[in-house]
Amino acid sequence: MSPLPDLIFEISREGKTAHGLGASRVQSKPAIDPGLLRTAIAGFPQVSEVEIVRHYMALARLNYSLDQGLYPLGSCTMKYNPKINEKLAASEEFQAHPYTPHELVQGNLELMARLEEWLVALTGMAGFTCAPAAGAHGEFTGMLIVRKYLKEKGDPRRVVLIPDSAHGTNPSSAHFAGYEIREIPSNAEGIIDVEGLRPFLKNDVAALMMTNPNTLGIFEKNITAIADALHANGSLLYMDGANLNALLGIVRPGDLGVDVMHINLHKTFATPHGGGGPGSGPVGVAAHLLPYLPVPRVVKDGGKYGVVFAAPHSIGRIKNFYGQFLVMVRALAYLCSLGRENVRQVAEDAVLNANYLRKKLQDVLDLPYPTATLHEVVFSDKNLPVKTLDIAKRLLDYGFHPFTIYFPLIVHGAMMIEPTETESKETLDEFIAVMKKILLEAREQPDLLLQAPRQTPVRRLDETLAARQPVLKWHKGENR
Amino acid sequence: MELEKLLFTKEHEWVRLEGDSAMVGITDYAQHELGDVVYVELPGLGKELKKGDPSANIESVKAVSDVFAPLSGTIIEVNPKLAANPELVNQEPYSEGSLFKMKIKQPDEVKELLDHKKYEEYLRGIAGE
Repeated sequence: MSPLPDLIFEISREGKTAHGLGASRVQSKPAIDPGLLRTAIAGFPQVSEVEIVRHYMALARLNYSLDQGLYPLGSCTMKYNPKINEKLAASEEFQAHPYTPHELVQGNLELMARLEEWLVALTGMAGFTCAPAAGAHGEFTGMLIVRKYLKEKGDPRRVVLIPDSAHGTNPSSAHFAGYEIREIPSNAEGIIDVEGLRPFLKNDVAALMMTNPNTLGIFEKNITAIADALHANGSLLYMDGANLNALLGIVRPGDLGVDVMHINLHKTFATPHGGGGPGSGPVGVAAHLLPYLPVPRVVKDGGKYGVVFAAPHSIGRIKNFYGQFLVMVRALAYLCSLGRENVRQVAEDAVLNANYLRKKLQDVLDLPYPTATLHEVVFSDKNLPVKTLDIAKRLLDYGFHPFTIYFPLIVHGAMMIEPTETESKETLDEFIAVMKKILLEAREQPDLLLQAPRQTPVRRLDETLAARQPVLKWHKGENR
Repeated sequence: MELEKLLFTKEHEWVRLEGDSAMVGITDYAQHELGDVVYVELPGLGKELKKGDPSANIESVKAVSDVFAPLSGTIIEVNPKLAANPELVNQEPYSEGSLFKMKIKQPDEVKELLDHKKYEEYLRGIAGE
């Protein structure tokens, strides 16, 4: 028997139904000629209520989530999301139609304003917009702000510099905003330095987009000198703050000379993500860029909150209505339940956990950059008898979600591990023991890895075939 | 394919000179590092590139990678087979899996390319790192 449930189309039987509405007792003249109405939808599954429930329960049981176990995807910050956030996001008080008059949703507007205040306090930026719907949307918004600012200054520029250790979305966001991309190589320490940057700093450079800490988990310690060099060149510094978890309460990007940044509420501020969504990628700016933030903006006027829909320099709207409001509810719930004095511990524990893994695994895995790391650690598959992919697949057999593999690109066979602050020492020890066991298997019984996974509903999938010849539709009578 | 007649870049592209044009592809080392290629995006005919500009885009199961123009010039031919058979880049990187042909604009740049021996040495250097 296949461990995979049948498709809902396969269990469909002619004539089955979950609910019958019966004949209408209301007499009415049909608005549409009955000859034009269809009575059945071709191919629509016909199943009973209990079959629907069991079908989706069976699918749900195939899922793996943070509520089940460790999810150490590097650069994704898959931390546990406290249930109080969900409870508040689901509470009736926060559910409002976006067209509700503002005097009736003062609480919702206050929540948005208070979250922005928190973000300003945590980052040292002058102002924030919570409108962007995801991290990459935040990057795009940030680059539109850069573009409008430089254009209005009468100095539009064409080029955006991006280090090779940046998040992969940075080049596409900047390109989408109309820029040409130049890649900056990291130095031997895995970071950018001013000397390495200098040859790229021409007068056509609009901005540098720097991920800090970068995708090697390393803090870009030259950031203030780099900011000075950029500003002297008339260029701006964009900071990808998706890895803010490592800095929370310790370093404020606004104090380092950052002009624009985005953060991810769904990573750092505990909202479920990774396929579920929705996300939220607020953008923070330094004072000189405040007029360029997108609209609408929540403002306090006297004792009341209102919304500004037009501002002369604003880049305009980037999302319908106000952004992902219920993600903002989760973020503020998370921050309020932590309390201002405890926020710092998030970063401290995230860094401690990652360094515990690094210390325990660096004897059995190659560490390509010995520089101190913060919230994540990147190993390579150098000197191993198997590939990174094989190790990742074998982890599935031991019930762990694998780490990020083959990213960042500057590390051969990268294994990028980010345990986050929410994992206990016991869980980390279990993961370390499993990793050591797998690495021993790799030498003694490599077939266990090469044939992994064995314990999952499906064995190793042919990712190449799936990418080259994707089959996206099932037709009745076809083999799946 | 006589590898000795090809020229190389440190970014693992190869170049075969044909008069005032150059055929370009990625090396066996590069295709091996990328893994199974699933999609190749080639530049448009007539596109003018400067040496070092991103020219083509190769998507493998692991990552999407830029191919940098090894020389400055104009694209005069692209490999039509790659649209339907991207795996040619893995199978025959030096022949059927070549990427494009460009008309060379600055012949001086040819001198900056590595010959086969130097490229092999460079690869040994990477392996020893």
